[in-house]
Amino acid sequence: MCQVDEEYNGQLEHRVTPRVSKKCVKCKENTAVLIIRAGDAFCRGCFKEYFIHKFRAMLGKNRVIFPGEKVLLAVSGGPASSSMLSQVQEGLSRDAPKKLRFVPGIIYIDEGGASGQSMEERERAVAQLESVFRATNYHYHIVHLEQVLSLPSSVLDAGSSATEKPQTGSSYKAAVDQFIQTKKNQHPDLSVENAQSHLSSLSMHEVENGVTSPITPEHTQALQKLFASVRTLTAKEDLLHTLRQHLILHTARTQGYTKVMMGDSCSRLAIKLLSNISLGRGASLATDTGFSDPRYGDVVIVRPMRDYSSKEIAYYNRMFDIPSVFIPGLDTKAQDKASIQHLTESFVTKLQTDFPSTVSTIYRTSEKLHTACPPQNTNTQPFAKCLLCVCALDTKLGESHCQCTKTASHHRNVLYSLNKSTCNFILKLVFLFPNHINISTYPSLLLCYSCRLTIKDMVSERTSITSHYS
Amino acid sequence: MAAPIAIHLEFGGGAELLFGSVKEHHVTLPNQSEPWDMKQLLVWIRGNMLKERPELFVQGDTVRPGILVLINDADWELMVGVLPECVLCVKD
Repeated sequence: MCQVDEEYNGQLEHRVTPRVSKKCVKCKENTAVLIIRAGDAFCRGCFKEYFIHKFRAMLGKNRVIFPGEKVLLAVSGGPASSSMLSQVQEGLSRDAPKKLRFVPGIIYIDEGGASGQSMEERERAVAQLESVFRATNYHYHIVHLEQVLSLPSSVLDAGSSATEKPQTGSSYKAAVDQFIQTKKNQHPDLSVENAQSHLSSLSMHEVENGVTSPITPEHTQALQKLFASVRTLTAKEDLLHTLRQHLILHTARTQGYTKVMMGDSCSRLAIKLLSNISLGRGASLATDTGFSDPRYGDVVIVRPMRDYSSKEIAYYNRMFDIPSVFIPGLDTKAQDKASIQHLTESFVTKLQTDFPSTVSTIYRTSEKLHTACPPQNTNTQPFAKCLLCVCALDTKLGESHCQCTKTASHHRNVLYSLNKSTCNFILKLVFLFPNHINISTYPSLLLCYSCRLTIKDMVSERTSITSHYS
Repeated sequence: MAAPIAIHLEFGGGAELLFGSVKEHHVTLPNQSEPWDMKQLLVWIRGNMLKERPELFVQGDTVRPGILVLINDADWELMVGVLPECVLCVKD
């Protein structure tokens, strides 16, 4: 608090300062040190309890993590994911009977190649984070974004879900039992699994215990070329997010993780919700901002930090010395209007200062969103998922896209005849040779609306866009 | 009449990029007739310490929305109302 407690070289005069001694609203004894939400003042001890309790309550309310499961923690080095890492450590180390029981692993994706950092800066950041990870004693993986260009095309397959979604408390127990059963049954098939993961790890050149093989400058250049071919910052950020998800997903699959924990905070998710609507991703809002994201099938993404505002996270990190590394991204120091995401962020943050319930209102709205199941139609389409973001396709091949029904049915037939590996191959071509692929062919039919816009931004410089897709 | 006050400023979470990537600063505020308050401190920081892009740090009278300020490890919102008269003290 603002008080004079020590002399400093005799230069400072003693002054009677107006002391603000607000008491903590919870214990009513200690002096408060921070204000959460719209006016609740908490003292240090009560704040720590509140923070830890919220994390466990979030995991306990949505019971999707099974005991003994391998969970991958996606840590970007920023405050929210570092805080999540410390909460996981805290939860796993407790002696209480309700200890969290799962096997964590950490993944960090080095995006310096895309945001234009030099190799020294990247190595410095990686070294700092490695020391943090080593202190946790968890298995960690450091993956460079350049490796996304050499991923096998199987990464875009939506795997089958291992267990059914638990609806009530009793079926959670059943789901856990089933999970343990499948784990036991998997041992006879270990050879097949080993071969599969061995093959995929060969293509990623990943060394045991996390540190990947050094990437060559050619890889970095290829990645930079890919990002340079995207005109707007909006599309760049969108593309970066998609590539990051692919890398995390691939690592999770090859290393045997069935859950991924992302560190998206409440503020971050509120911004994401609004900017996703602006980007045209309204159809997948529930999965993009909800607690669990089951779109990939075998790997479920959970967001345990979605109840924490960025203020709470920042104060907790400061008060309890949680190490976090600031790594500049694509939109650091950018103008307010540089991209849709950045503009939304500044809008929400500004509104939050005058109306402190902004973020929580948006968050509560997002909680009410549910994933709508698409109606089952007789001609079930084999590719109902977007190639890039693996959300359900929200675009239909309608009359407006083609001149006549004959062309529409022709396209549909072609679509069904393409097998998955061809689609993935085409997508890889779009990434590697953005100037040569004519967007008016098949790839656009297999992408959702906003991914289509992102790809269109990539190739619009060189190829002519037909009026169909403008 | 205020004697020169020595304070310890720390910037984090990316704000240090605007101050030459230096996180910790020990500065001495000069003599002035009225006691220092937060508004004046911000003006002083903007004038003397900020290396680039002042609009990313200060907006009008106060910090840009999204920047959190702690005074001796406590939320400065707790001192709202007392803010203009708050005398700055030495932080260890």
